[in-house]
This record gives sequence, structure tokens and C-alpha cells, in this order.
Amino acid sequence: MTAVTVLLPGVLRGEAAGQSHLTINAAGSLRTVLDAVAASWPRLDRRLRDERGELRRYINIYIDGDDCRRAGGLDTPVPAGAEIQVLPSVAGG
Amino acid sequence: MTVLLAIGTSKGLFLATSGNRVDWQVSAPHFPMTSIYAVGIDQRRGAPRLLAGVDSSHFGPSVATSDDLGETWSEPDHAPVAFPADTDASLVRVWQLTPGPASEPDVVYAGTQPSALFRSDDGGRTFALVRSLWEHPHRPDWGAGFGGQAIHTILPHPADPARVLVAMSTGGVYRTNDGGETWSPGNTGIRAGFFPDPFPEFGQCVHKVARAAGDPTRLYAQNHGGVYRSDDEGSTWSSIADGLPSDFGFPIVTHPAEPSTLWTFPLAADSERFPPDHRCRVFRSTDAGASWSALSAGLPTEPFYPTVLRDAMCADNATPSGVYFGTRSGEVWSSRDEGESWVPVAAHLPDVLSVRAVEL
Repeated sequence: MTAVTVLLPGVLRGEAAGQSHLTINAAGSLRTVLDAVAASWPRLDRRLRDERGELRRYINIYIDGDDCRRAGGLDTPVPAGAEIQVLPSVAGG
Repeated sequence: MTVLLAIGTSKGLFLATSGNRVDWQVSAPHFPMTSIYAVGIDQRRGAPRLLAGVDSSHFGPSVATSDDLGETWSEPDHAPVAFPADTDASLVRVWQLTPGPASEPDVVYAGTQPSALFRSDDGGRTFALVRSLWEHPHRPDWGAGFGGQAIHTILPHPADPARVLVAMSTGGVYRTNDGGETWSPGNTGIRAGFFPDPFPEFGQCVHKVARAAGDPTRLYAQNHGGVYRSDDEGSTWSSIADGLPSDFGFPIVTHPAEPSTLWTFPLAADSERFPPDHRCRVFRSTDAGASWSALSAGLPTEPFYPTVLRDAMCADNATPSGVYFGTRSGEVWSSRDEGESWVPVAAHLPDVLSVRAVEL
């Protein structure tokens, strides 16, 4: 089990007691990391994924700067010590 | 008196209050930058409970509740409305939040996109899928309208908790008389002009259904083309469109006490979604749809183009009844005399999606 860091945008920090950085002990895929996030912060997780576990359309997640959708999506491997950045996409009117 | 008017818009929920239904105080938006397609005000408990379907384009749908008139809101950690894993479905939006009958003060129903009915037994905090309707053999044939495929109307019987009516676009009206064990379509007489057979058993695009107060067997429906009344709780329907300038529109609203009084806001046609003659007019019937009167005193007199959506019109429970509507151009109007005269509540809001009003 290794630690990764999840960076949250300001608009989501209220779902994690105001924290901007979460240290998550998880190894494997992005899905595994988000499952660990969900265990501690279920309301944060459902802002990011629907009940089927799919990433919401206008949520982007970058693993060490790379868009997970351009890699393996939620199956993208997350290396030890990775920085996972959550960013709402540009959308809306 | 104090009347609370909840105004759901495409960018948040505004709460307006008035002591005379003429002068209104309108709050700043609650849940800014979210769409509030569904709002409910549950007066079956000591403090009224506000229910809001909060739909974020980024962060998904949810339901929040407030027991202090919007001073604070609460939302459970886990999704209050969510499809079970075996359905392989996910919630797109909550379209309707409806308190159950008075005899079941903790029951609240939610209608959703995709078309499903959810039931809460804790006052709207958490909901469970009503599987009997989800597993209905007709469901694969229910279609999607422009707004998506959704259950947008839920009418619990006021005295018999076993009887509930829902309406969906498309699909039409379905009813249970056995507490949700079985559901049957109730669309006989409602036209579906977009099918080769214009009178199918189901598949209609019913835009809204309202139940008559004091006569729960009487229902009124605004269809996608057609305005109807049922006197047998949805088994059969007959047209009441004569006397209206158009049979197209979205909302239909019943009086809180008088079963023969109802209001609607027609649009010219499916292919011309402007008010008829570009005039801002509410139409009222006081004889169960046998005749209609145009009401416009106080409403704009210049050419008027906005739409009033299916849940953007309502009546309060005061005497005489107040009537309210909001437009997609962000105007909200109120009448304290059952539609005879109108005053503005607010202007320049985002698109109005839903309104609900009660006397506190």
C-alpha cells in the first residue's frame, strides 16, 4: 500500500472538510484510488462518479499531469507517490 | 399571512416571500449554478420541509432538504436517489418531488430521468427504486422526448395510500391501485399524433397531469397536443380543449379546493412554441374545462414570446388561491385572486424551471 495525493478544486473542498489535498493510501488503478476516497468521503466521490462508478462527463482527472481519459480511464495505473488532480471541465453557459 | 414561493431555475433556487402576495422579497440563489427542476414544500410536519432536486452539470444530481425555510440545507453522504447496481442505470435528473398522502407523513416520491419512480420513507432524505414500475414490461418501449425520458408527474391519492398515478414523457399515464405491486396504463382517449396509431395503449407524451382537489377521481392533463379531463381517475379521458386558443402547452394546475377550477398557459403549437398571438395570457376554467376565460390583467401587453415549462406554474393553498408562473426568460408572476390580476414577483432570473407556493 502506497500513498498518493489527490488535489481538489475549491468548489469540492467542502466535501472533504475543507481540505485541498487528500493523502490516500491505495495502490493499483485510478478506480482503486477513488474507491478509497469514497470510503472516507462518499459525498465527494458521488460528485465525481455516478452510481455505476463512471466518471461524470464534466469531471476531468489528471494523473501526474496526464488526462486519465487519454490513458485507460478509471483503469489507468496510478504509480506510487502520484499526484491526482481533479478539475471540473469548461462547460456551461 | 405569509406565502412562500419557491422558484427553481437553471442556475439555482430562489425563495420569495410575501405577506400580501403583491410585494415580494426574493432571496439570493440557493445552490447557485445548479438546475432545480424539482422543488417540493412538505407541510405535513411541524416545520415545513423544503425539498430540492439539485442538478449540477459537473457534479451530478442530488436531493437536498431544509427544515428551516432554506436557512440551512442538508444532504446525505450517500446519493439520496440512485439506481441499484443490477439495473445498470444511472440517475440523470430528478424531475419531481411529491409528498405522499397525509396518512403517510414520511412518504415522499421522486420522479426521475430515466423514467423511474423512487419512494422515500424518511421524509425525502433517502429514496428507494419502485421496482415494480421499473420492471414493467412496457418500459423498453417508453421513449424520450426533447427533454429526455422522465417521470415528471406523481399524484398520490389523497386518502388511499395504495393508489398513485404517474405520468411520463413519453409513455403516458400509469396507475397503481395496490400500493405499487402492479401498474397499468391509463391513456384511453389521449391522442399521440406522432404514432401511426394515434390512440395507443401507452406511449403518449403527456406533459402534465393535475388532480382535482376534493374529487380525487377527476384529473386534468395537458398533453403534447390535447387538453383532457378524466372523471374515472385516468381510465378514460375526453378533450376539454374547446375554448382554448391552442391545445398545446406544458403546465396544468388545479385549484386547491374547487375541483372544477384549473389554469393553463397555452402555446401556439408544437411547431410554434410561443403564446398564441404572442400574448401573455393565462387561461382558466371554472367548469371543469367546459369553457375557458383568458386572464391577463397586469401581465405584459407587448408581444410576448417566452415559454412556461411544465412545472413552472402552480397554485398556493390560501383563500382565495394564489396562482404563479415563471418563464424561460426569468420572469415570475403572481396572482392573489385566482388569476384575475397579476403582479411581478421577479424579473431577470435565469430560466424558470419549477415553482411551488404555500401559505405558511
